[in-house]
Amino acid sequence: MTSIVVFIDRTESIASSAALGTVTAQLLTLARTAGEPVAVVAGPADAGLVEALGGYGVTRVLHSEQAELADYLVAPMADLVAQAAVEVGASAVLVDNGAQGKEIAARVGVALNAGVITDAVGVENDGGTLVAHKSVLAGSYTVSARAVSDIAVISVKAHSIEAAPAPDPTTPGVEALEVAFVPASLGARVVKRTPRPATGRPELENARIVVSGGRGVDGDFGPIEELADALGAAVGASRAATDAGWIPHTFQVGQTGKTVSPELYISAGISGAIQQKAGMQTAKVIVAVNKDADSPIFEIADFGIVGDLFDVLPQAAAEIRKRRG
Amino acid sequence: MDNTALNIVVLVKYVPDAQFDRHLSGPGHALDRNESILSELDEYALEAALAVAESRGGAKAGNQVTALTMGPASAAAAVKKSLQMGATAGVHVCDDALAGSDASATSLVLAAAIGSLAPVDLVVTGMASTDGETSIVPAQLAARLGLPQVTFASSVQVDGTTVTARRDGDETTEDIEASLPALISVTDQANEPRYPNFKGIIAAKKKKVTTLSLADLGVAASDVGASGSLTRVTDAAPRPPRTAGTIITDSGDAGIALVDFLAGQKLL
Ligand SMILES: Cc1cc2nc3c(=O)[nH]c(=O)nc-3n(C[C@H](O)[C@H](O)[C@H](O)COP(=O)(O)OP(=O)(O)OC[C@H]3O[C@@H](n4cnc5c(N)ncnc54)[C@H](O)[C@@H]3O)c2cc1C
Ligand SMILES: Nc1ncnc2c1ncn2[C@@H]1O[C@H](COP(=O)(O)O)[C@@H](O)[C@H]1O
Repeated sequence: MTSIVVFIDRTESIASSAALGTVTAQLLTLARTAGEPVAVVAGPADAGLVEALGGYGVTRVLHSEQAELADYLVAPMADLVAQAAVEVGASAVLVDNGAQGKEIAARVGVALNAGVITDAVGVENDGGTLVAHKSVLAGSYTVSARAVSDIAVISVKAHSIEAAPAPDPTTPGVEALEVAFVPASLGARVVKRTPRPATGRPELENARIVVSGGRGVDGDFGPIEELADALGAAVGASRAATDAGWIPHTFQVGQTGKTVSPELYISAGISGAIQQKAGMQTAKVIVAVNKDADSPIFEIADFGIVGDLFDVLPQAAAEIRKRRG
Repeated sequence: MDNTALNIVVLVKYVPDAQFDRHLSGPGHALDRNESILSELDEYALEAALAVAESRGGAKAGNQVTALTMGPASAAAAVKKSLQMGATAGVHVCDDALAGSDASATSLVLAAAIGSLAPVDLVVTGMASTDGETSIVPAQLAARLGLPQVTFASSVQVDGTTVTARRDGDETTEDIEASLPALISVTDQANEPRYPNFKGIIAAKKKKVTTLSLADLGVAASDVGASGSLTRVTDAAPRPPRTAGTIITDSGDAGIALVDFLAGQKLL
């Protein structure tokens, strides 16, 4: 069986020492469908992590704790992944689809002369070749793509597969890897990291339900947050709302923000510009609340309410709380 | 610090206008490129490049801002608009063999084109192309050119030979520092792109645009285009367009109707 490398960033205290991140568990499950999962870890491979990896059928863990991995942007991690992929003779490399993951994929592609596919929402094993499915052109097309190189590098979005532990846990072998960094990889130094305060709500990209507000909230995200909390949803926003400074840019949904495909997207006080739709029109169900009956958002809404969000949202939130008792 | 004049290259892509329907067609599922424009996200790159040049005395002081595009003959329009906005010169890589190039092939060609303009102090790109949307060309270019990669910058300064930038991630904000020569990609948070003014439009007519073929760059046609790319699109299907569902007008109890709808969809 061929080796499939899954990259895991443990350089920062991103997760508790025992648990695997949700996306990592999904990538390992995916890797198992196509070969033997090999974990490549930037940072410590502590006992808790190794045991969790064994639970997902990982046979080998290659890791490096070299300081450069965290001291410089992206490039050293790409060096690690490329070197490890060669070491284990990998046929594919899987990374998460965040900004860092995509850029690691990009550089590994150059280093290994490998085809790179980003934004996969599903990956299939077609007789030994991985076929990635993705949604392109603001969600207007679905395409399948594959690498024609010896190694395929794919960045995979969250929830492309349901994570499932291996039927038989393994005891992975752990190997420390001494990465030979390309000199130019040590050029962009991270001089400071400022963690973002946690909101206590689900993460936008992982959430089953998203409630988003736009210019129509007029500075007050209260009704959006109230409905989100009643539904256990994440909060999102249009660029007009983030540009106005009503909510941080990390909450922006759209072409230059997050792309979300939740089961339910509730859009309130958002007109539905093409750049906003690019980030949300693959949601299963779309609900829109807007004062203007001619607003383009109604063209794609499964359920639309022409009305004032300051009336409709609090009433809905109260009704949900009432029905839940 | 010495703020000597810089040789800056800014990447500008010619992309189908997202305001219109976009289509994939033909055997390679290629994108139809009529009704195209300079990618909006590259306007932020251009603005960032012009701001750096202006902070050091602009074109008068010898700062060069070269707008570089790779694309079909019509892509010259992206260079033209860049010149109108203030770029000092343009380079257009145009060759029939380039059609269907994926990100790796694109970054290979763009790296060769930047190499032909050496010595380059700063390469500025957008955060993503609005058609391919992979965001991988900048990282690949930095890797190929051996330049520090300062990407997804939501703010950027160049002082002397030091580049400082802010990169906003989901969990953290990172402050990045690098020395010139470097590559940066900027997000739409980085600045407010200018509009071409009348003076700029007139001045652009006198600016030089160089058109380069693959042979001029010494890149083999077999390494680019659909056949030289390392990825293939094997299938493409338009998503059935979303259709409007039920629309109601609030007469006092729409919030309740909303909850009924969610309950009916088993979303509560
Ligand atoms: C390069 C580029 C990238 C972009 N990227 C993004 C992106 O990633 N995401 C994004 O969202 N946008 C993006 N945009 C901006 C986009 O084009 C729109 O300008 C933006 O989405 C508009 O936000 P909005 O719908 O909140 O505001 P508006 O278009 O102003 O709409 C506000 C809506 O609220 C309604 N409203 C007002 N008051 C109420 C009320 N009390 N109750 C109910 N409804 C009310 C109005 O009827 C109106 O329809 C981008 C633009 C560019 C050029
Ligand atoms: N064909 C091209 N010509 C010029 N610049 C490009 C081209 N393709 C990509 N770029 C640059 O790379 C950035 C990221 O593109 P992408 O990786 O395709 O999302 C764009 O914003 C452009 O600045």
